[in-house]
Amino acid sequence: MLAYAVRRILVSVPILVLATFVVFVMVSLSGDPLSQLKTRNPPPPPRTLELEAHRLHLDEPLLVRYWHWITGVIHGDFGPSVQSTQVIGPELVHRFLVTFRLIGLAMLLALVLAVLVGVVSAVKQYSGTDYTFTFFGFLFLAMPSFWLAILLKEAGISFNDTVGNQVLFTIGESSVYVEGGTWASITDILGHMILPTISLALLSFAAWSRFQRASMLEVLNTDYVRLARAKGLRRGTVMTRHALRTALIPLVTVTALDLGAIISGAIVTENVYQWRGAGSYLLESIQHDDVYAVAGWLLISATFVILFNLAADLLYAVLDPRIRYA
Amino acid sequence: MRDRELPVAQRSQAQLVLRRFRQHRLAVSSLIVLLALVLLAFVGGWLWRYSVADLTSDESVPPSWAHPFGTDAAGHDTFAQVLRGTQISIGISVLVAVFATVIGTVWGATAGYYGRRLDTVMMRIADLVLTLPLLAVAAVLGHNVGGSWWLIAVVIAGLYWAYVARVARGVVLSLREKEFVEAARAIGASDARIIFRHLVPNAFGSIIVNATVLVSVAILLETALSYLGFGVRPPDTSLGLLVSEAQTAVETRPWLFFFPGLFIILIALTINFIGDGLRDALDPQQTRVRK
Repeated sequence: MLAYAVRRILVSVPILVLATFVVFVMVSLSGDPLSQLKTRNPPPPPRTLELEAHRLHLDEPLLVRYWHWITGVIHGDFGPSVQSTQVIGPELVHRFLVTFRLIGLAMLLALVLAVLVGVVSAVKQYSGTDYTFTFFGFLFLAMPSFWLAILLKEAGISFNDTVGNQVLFTIGESSVYVEGGTWASITDILGHMILPTISLALLSFAAWSRFQRASMLEVLNTDYVRLARAKGLRRGTVMTRHALRTALIPLVTVTALDLGAIISGAIVTENVYQWRGAGSYLLESIQHDDVYAVAGWLLISATFVILFNLAADLLYAVLDPRIRYA
Repeated sequence: MRDRELPVAQRSQAQLVLRRFRQHRLAVSSLIVLLALVLLAFVGGWLWRYSVADLTSDESVPPSWAHPFGTDAAGHDTFAQVLRGTQISIGISVLVAVFATVIGTVWGATAGYYGRRLDTVMMRIADLVLTLPLLAVAAVLGHNVGGSWWLIAVVIAGLYWAYVARVARGVVLSLREKEFVEAARAIGASDARIIFRHLVPNAFGSIIVNATVLVSVAILLETALSYLGFGVRPPDTSLGLLVSEAQTAVETRPWLFFFPGLFIILIALTINFIGDGLRDALDPQQTRVRK
């Protein structure tokens, strides 16, 4: 097991290093950080441009710039931002913490719903319940995330109107000013999270529940489940102890593989609900041609995807002994 | 006179597949709906009395006979806009599916066939593409390609080929060891011939199903990209852009928001069903349908 883990980690490191290089080169070539300054009216003096280029290390060759950047990142310095008042590192950390709150809760919700719905669909295959769940699964799979999010936002607004009190917040990740203590700010944050979390969760839920259904069906048709039933175990016991435990394993990999898609979904969801999270930071940085901020952003998300996949692989090996000894 | 002993008309692979597909009722009706939508967008858009840029004297009117999908605040006919958006969105996603499938198949088949070092290197590159959130990278690249629709297709295809490569590699890996490949090698067929005449045609089923699903995934990514402002840009339009422009008007002018959204859902939904039907029809192990 340990050997497997070490081997797996060693494979991840070169990918991550390569990822940093590809990301940096791609981002550097895709935009000119001085473009905003250059289009300013009246045009800034050449000396200003020169100084700004020097501040952003643009007067150095690409490879040298990459080297400075990557050694800086290791020490926690993500490079200079186009917006000279902003420090990229702390901003990224702050924004990503906000987004991970959303992603974490949405994934949890999606997983719980997907397992429940998938198992029920499989156990009651071709029943009315199964067809209903299948219908909604396909519908959510075909639904654009932003459209669903806007729809839920509108539903939240009319819900607030009927209740006559703002229960569900539809703008921002928290209120600017909250009266009362810690408890009040926690409920405030939760109130802001409900709708975005549901929006984000429903999309992954659709794919995962379909997957869980297929995986459960496969297990239900195996000999050992039939044997467990034949030797007189109760149906409920067989379903939970024998079938479900095995059927859950493949979902681990799918969840990890989908993390990238969920981050993409979070960008859209944050945009709809006007959160000041990682997604909006990325979009702002792209608009400003803020090369170092975009590269840092992509680096952090790539690191998380790689770590998540690593964790999933290791978890898979723990859960499925056939892999460990292979 | 073997034919007389076995009175069964011989059927080609394509006929068998078609026959099985036709029995998948949901897939067939989806195909009809999708074809109707495509016709409506490409032929109907051309025949319709208003075009995207036309400003009518009716502003913000709800759906009526003159304007089936209503009009926006500036007087644009929403029906014409939705049809144009559908053209662009379908065009992009089909182009993405074609590009990504061709590149991904060649990439994955080559990696899977040669194995060893080359396989490791090629698949690591594909893994690398898969570790980045697609929408983020597409936004970075899309910001600078200037909003022309086929460039956006190239950007999206440049990210999706890695998925196809994975699928193609998997299929080729299992086919590589089969007897017919060994036989081809024994009679001296070149590597290129084995890959393109023996392996790829046998992997065709999985690849075509994948390409179908890609169309629906690509349309969702394109609309999201255009929604965020990094895809198709005005004066041209896409279904995502239309939703984006209508997002503040859900309450007051719901037709602006619901019609483009409905078109996206219909396209993605029907394509998914068609993909499902194709998957069943192309599965050689399926014996259910033999009438």
